[in-house]
Amino acid sequence: MSKIQVSTNINNESVEYLCEPHDTMLNVLRNQLDLTGSKESCGSGDCGSCSIILDGELVCSCLMLAAEAEGSKLETIEGMSEGGKLHALQQKFLEKAALQCGICTPGFLMASKALLDHNPTPTETEVRFWLAGNLCRCTGYDKIVKAVLEVADDMKESA
Amino acid sequence: MNEISNKWIGKNTVRPDGAEKVTGRAQYSSDTTMPGMIWGHVLRSPHPHAKIISINTKKAEALAGVKSVITSKDIVDFPLDTPVILGIQDMRWMCRNVMARDKVLFHGHPLAAVAATTEAIAEKACDLIEVEYEILPWAIDIEDAIKDDAPILHDHIQFNGKPSNIAGTLEHKKGDIEEGFAKADVIIEKHFKTEAVHQGYLETHSCLVSVAADGRATIWSSSQGQFMVRAMTSFLTGIPQSNIRAIPAEIGGGFGGKTIVYLEPLATVLSQKTGRPVKIVMNREDTMRASGPTSGSKSTIKIGATNDGKIVAAQGIYYLQAGAFPGSPIRGAAGCSLAPYDIPNAHTFGYDVVSNRSKVAAYRAPGAPIGAYGVECVLDEIAEALKMCPLELRKINAAKEGTKAVHGPVFPKMGYIETLDAAINHPHYKAPLGKHQGRGVASGFWFNAGGESSAQLNITEDGNVVVTTGHPDIGGSRASIANITAELLGIHHDRVSVLIGDTATIGYSNLTGGSRVLFASAMVVTESAQIVINQLKQRAAKIWGIDEDAIEWENGEARPAGDNAGKFAPLTLAEIADKATATGGPIGAGYQVNTEGAEGGFATHICDVEVDMDLGIVRVKRYTSIQDVGKAIHPDYVEGQLQGGCAQGIGWALSEEYIYNKDGHLDNTGFLDYRMPVCSDLPMLDTVIIEVPNPKHPQGVRGVGEVPLVPPLAAISNAVYQAIGKRSYSLPMSPPKVLKIIEGN
Repeated sequence: MSKIQVSTNINNESVEYLCEPHDTMLNVLRNQLDLTGSKESCGSGDCGSCSIILDGELVCSCLMLAAEAEGSKLETIEGMSEGGKLHALQQKFLEKAALQCGICTPGFLMASKALLDHNPTPTETEVRFWLAGNLCRCTGYDKIVKAVLEVADDMKESA
Repeated sequence: MNEISNKWIGKNTVRPDGAEKVTGRAQYSSDTTMPGMIWGHVLRSPHPHAKIISINTKKAEALAGVKSVITSKDIVDFPLDTPVILGIQDMRWMCRNVMARDKVLFHGHPLAAVAATTEAIAEKACDLIEVEYEILPWAIDIEDAIKDDAPILHDHIQFNGKPSNIAGTLEHKKGDIEEGFAKADVIIEKHFKTEAVHQGYLETHSCLVSVAADGRATIWSSSQGQFMVRAMTSFLTGIPQSNIRAIPAEIGGGFGGKTIVYLEPLATVLSQKTGRPVKIVMNREDTMRASGPTSGSKSTIKIGATNDGKIVAAQGIYYLQAGAFPGSPIRGAAGCSLAPYDIPNAHTFGYDVVSNRSKVAAYRAPGAPIGAYGVECVLDEIAEALKMCPLELRKINAAKEGTKAVHGPVFPKMGYIETLDAAINHPHYKAPLGKHQGRGVASGFWFNAGGESSAQLNITEDGNVVVTTGHPDIGGSRASIANITAELLGIHHDRVSVLIGDTATIGYSNLTGGSRVLFASAMVVTESAQIVINQLKQRAAKIWGIDEDAIEWENGEARPAGDNAGKFAPLTLAEIADKATATGGPIGAGYQVNTEGAEGGFATHICDVEVDMDLGIVRVKRYTSIQDVGKAIHPDYVEGQLQGGCAQGIGWALSEEYIYNKDGHLDNTGFLDYRMPVCSDLPMLDTVIIEVPNPKHPQGVRGVGEVPLVPPLAAISNAVYQAIGKRSYSLPMSPPKVLKIIEGN
């Protein structure tokens, strides 16, 4: 079977690639486009380490076919900071020690960004259920939840 | 410019490796590539126990794109009759664990590996390898492995004079156990069972190895010790250690599970044979099947106390699964379980049991959570029988400075009683409980560890600092090292870069494990900093033309002291560094030592649960971890260790377990059905940091990482008992099990 040509937009840049029909988006991001910030931990959509934002919606890139990206707009962790300035969530994760080993962090940051894009004033329960698709084995989630809630608070104050 | 007086120890600084980790740029093991790289894949056994009659690789080798196929013939053999010990591992077992030899011993046991131009071709080639097996009867659980007619995994292992799956024992004794029980007014004896659980690190195992044309190998992999990777790969491939450079990638969690190799020797041999860099990435399914976990167990705990609450005798008998090869953590179970208590008559005994499961690997305080589980549950039953507060019972019997532990040592100053007092006085312990809610407490101990560490501290030409150590940073150790260095040199922590060296760039350093990293690295960094401060004083003395003894180092600058005080303007680190060439050359020093003086850590946990009486679901409503950490160098990362360990304990107690089916296959190899706690399962996890400094450490540090996983199993069990009035004597307390207990079946 011949390869599929895909034209898409990743982190505000036009990108073209050829992929096999069965290639996952995660595989193409990591192994073709050198965007290794998205991680594969389970390959079955259970851990959220490969979370990206596809046309505004949070998805597991391991469950998405690379061919599906045609004409879409993708956001990955590599595009989260702009012009060398960290996103408020990235900054807060650092200040609040919301990461230990850091392997799940890109996924949590993408998921948290998607949450705040949808719901800028989440309750703790809403944060916990939104992030329930992202596994972290190091932190017990405590500092991650607090960091996301603090960013939401900061956004409210500056609004 | 004078530095402002700094006190960095105890500050929550931003970690030096943080910016790379929140932007996705940090290089974890599988993020690395090389020009000309090809891919490896491992063929694994579909049977739990079988003789390998033949392996035919011809069809696989003929597949287009396949570059090499290897089997156990290509891995160095270590004969079964001679132990070859490396750390806590034995190369006889390691060589057979990375590649089955004669027999496969568990579902998922590797028996061949392929290198090919793509991962898909390598995988397809594995399917083309023809293996002829003679299937043997198998034993998965301890009961099946120790019965008289059990299938024997290793013919040469004997117990009581005949072939056995009991591969070893360990015993601790103090006083006279029979005499002790004779004095008791109340004696409680119970049997407990726990299941194997995986460390659950989110980064699976992977590596990239390049063996160059001169025979020198470079290994990029994530592990808890680049020197362990180098040594084990050397043993298993025959390449001298001096010809292997192991570069530690960022590590995506380990919790003990990355203290041995699985893939590195295979990729090294494949790279040797093909002349190409070879990358192998283990998927989640194989990581669950063939790496980790920690032991499942069965144990019997018997404790006797007098009516005034004094424990007069205690006994713990532990059987721990080792997996396919000897080496379960019986030392942790038998050594730690009674350590929090001053008990005159005590006896612990551990059995190391092999069975047709994957070889166990260390998991956070290996063995200690299993040991504490039974002991801390029985203590609660004793407290109930004596109508005492369970924390008071623990306090009456608490070990303190001068207590001789059951496992041997006499404790120096330590803070166990402080954790109990903090628990008794904590608002959590007095808070009201609702319907079907219960509160449990439990304590725990871990030995902690010292061992070999190396550091190099260099002053840059512009007067900043680069510190290199040899321990992979698994959870923020770089941040703590930056704090300590900044404190000692009296400079802003931002001016300290902290790097993890590889096996060629830093001296030998033992594993990241046993809660040793900050304890040990702080010692060698402190010594290096002292040498560097002396150098800086010498340089200032030269610039001023005075004696170096007449110089003080304070707040990041050299100041003339004594008779010379005030005669010269102070020289900052940057000013001295600027003149380094003229005053004698580069400034920097290294230090390496086998660190000693690691002292144990103690914790007490309080847990509230609510039980859904219709569904059997146990939810943790509130949790407080209280721990003596010696000195919190970076309090946020100390808290993080307490919270993370607690969350793992909640998983172990309530939802995680290895489930083998009737064919001896692991049935739950994914995160959907190997259920680790997710964000919505947990409440905020409160912590109380107690600081009773370790008298044998320059900053007072004790290990922190292991202890938090020791008390939760019992704390949660005790809470469930209080909630429903009936006790589960086995873990996990999954909904069906809890429902059965509620219904009285």
